[in-house]
Amino acid sequence: MTSRIRETIIRNLFALLAFLSVLLLGMIVFFLFREGLPLFGEISPAQFLFGMSWYPTYSPPEYGIWPLIVGSLIVTFLACLIAVPFGLLSAVYISEIAPAGIREILKSIIELLAGLPSVVLGFFGMVILAPWMQETFDLPTGLNIVNASLMLAIMAIPTISSISEDALYAVSRDFKEASYALGATKYETIVRVVIPAAFSGISTAVILGMSRAIGETMVVLMVAGGAAAIPQSIFDSVRPMPASIAAEMGEAPFGSGHYHALFATGIVLFFITLAFNLVADYLSNRFKEEGSGTL
Amino acid sequence: MLSGNGGDKMKRFFRRLLLAALFPAFVAGAAWAEGIVIKGSTTVLPIAQVTLEAYMKAHPGVNISLSAGGSGEGIKALIDGSTDIANASRQIRATESELAFKKGVRPVETAVAIDAIVPIVHPANRVSNLTVDHLSQIYQGKITNWKELGGDDLKIVVISRDSSSGTFEAWSDMVLGRAKVSPRAQMQASSGAVVQAVSKNRYALGYIGLGYVDRTVKALAVNGVQASVQRALLKEYPISRFLYLYTNGEPKGETAKYIKFVLSPAGQKLVAQEGFVPLAGRKP
Repeated sequence: MTSRIRETIIRNLFALLAFLSVLLLGMIVFFLFREGLPLFGEISPAQFLFGMSWYPTYSPPEYGIWPLIVGSLIVTFLACLIAVPFGLLSAVYISEIAPAGIREILKSIIELLAGLPSVVLGFFGMVILAPWMQETFDLPTGLNIVNASLMLAIMAIPTISSISEDALYAVSRDFKEASYALGATKYETIVRVVIPAAFSGISTAVILGMSRAIGETMVVLMVAGGAAAIPQSIFDSVRPMPASIAAEMGEAPFGSGHYHALFATGIVLFFITLAFNLVADYLSNRFKEEGSGTL
Repeated sequence: MLSGNGGDKMKRFFRRLLLAALFPAFVAGAAWAEGIVIKGSTTVLPIAQVTLEAYMKAHPGVNISLSAGGSGEGIKALIDGSTDIANASRQIRATESELAFKKGVRPVETAVAIDAIVPIVHPANRVSNLTVDHLSQIYQGKITNWKELGGDDLKIVVISRDSSSGTFEAWSDMVLGRAKVSPRAQMQASSGAVVQAVSKNRYALGYIGLGYVDRTVKALAVNGVQASVQRALLKEYPISRFLYLYTNGEPKGETAKYIKFVLSPAGQKLVAQEGFVPLAGRKP
């Protein structure tokens, strides 16, 4: 077989594989919409999105997912509040401050954290953190927003840390040297020069960390408590959208309103993560254009 | 809304993939030639587990695969032909049997045990008896503090099962009369998770099958009757129900032999050991 034929075969094989993965994704989106949209023959999108009661198995059923949306957003937001400082500061330490030996150890530990199965984190939150939190702060329940946010933050930290670190690492040496030449200290250089220069990359990292957190299922299923009501404090239980889908899909009768409502919830989740990813994409494109002359 | 057969199959495949990823509780590997596939209720899971272990020990070469994702999941699998036996902690619904007949499946019901559902609290809780009416009001969010029931001045944290659970459905029927559970109630995805949550929480009230009660939680009496195997059998305990195995048509071959074993004195002894109430002397 000549090398040219081999080249052609391999190139076509790769093209086919790439095409297949796009096709698969397209089909999943297609099925998601095909199964979710029939719900809106029963109720209006406004009733669905802003309805306050989620009683899909009663008659008449109620399919209001506002409490679920609020639950998802609040755990994601709190998780970010925790994960951003940890992720960003560890990235700064790893890329700018740590000596080579420690840097390698820290990097591999954070990568290990990224590989931690979410069910393990969920189990930890449920069996260890929840009882501890409840005893220590005398709360009615340890399965609450704070617990879920903490576990989600642990999942988001590696994403935020490693992408921010890449962004910090990519900051041109010219900037740092110029800063030092002007008499700035290391602290001033990091805070006033390196972080601003890597800002779009860091924002991308944060947003990807957020979309990681909002789509996470197992952790919120296990530790968020699952109450489908608008929380009154951060120690209340909530029922984020992925937890609701995972818990109920098993029983929802095929083709019923409940079934369509769960798929429609999936569509809402799809749009939220899509929006996050578009923002991340936009920010990372801006980051790419950032040459050494643009600061 | 269903398109061609191909789309239908694809959808089923995708759904099954999703469910397999979400509710894996596999006890044995995949079934081979002489195999039985059992799917369904998590309440019936302990019964299925011990009986199939004993059965496989007595009949080497038979391979039984078991997974639990809820009663409805089992019946759904029976209807689409992906299981031989569907475990259920409730009777098949009218809508489900209609769908089954449409697809040429004739669900046949075999009762294998009685399950009593028991309200549980933290061992330190001073309350030890509640009426069905109390339980109903608590779960609807109308009674919210233990002091209204003779306990300490603590908020009641109501723990329920998610709506895909047969235990939830039985509780909803027998205690709430289909009234709505308060949205502030927590939802747990398994009986084990309910025990876990209640055993660590002085505020909590949950419910589980009698077979799941252990020393880490305190079982409450209902209407003055403490749940026990004997009292459930005599129908004295108010919150109890039958557990079923469903097959497509009368059970045949290996499946029939297995069900016969479950109903035999040896099988029913295993049922009793798991904390369920055996059905002494009922015909298969």
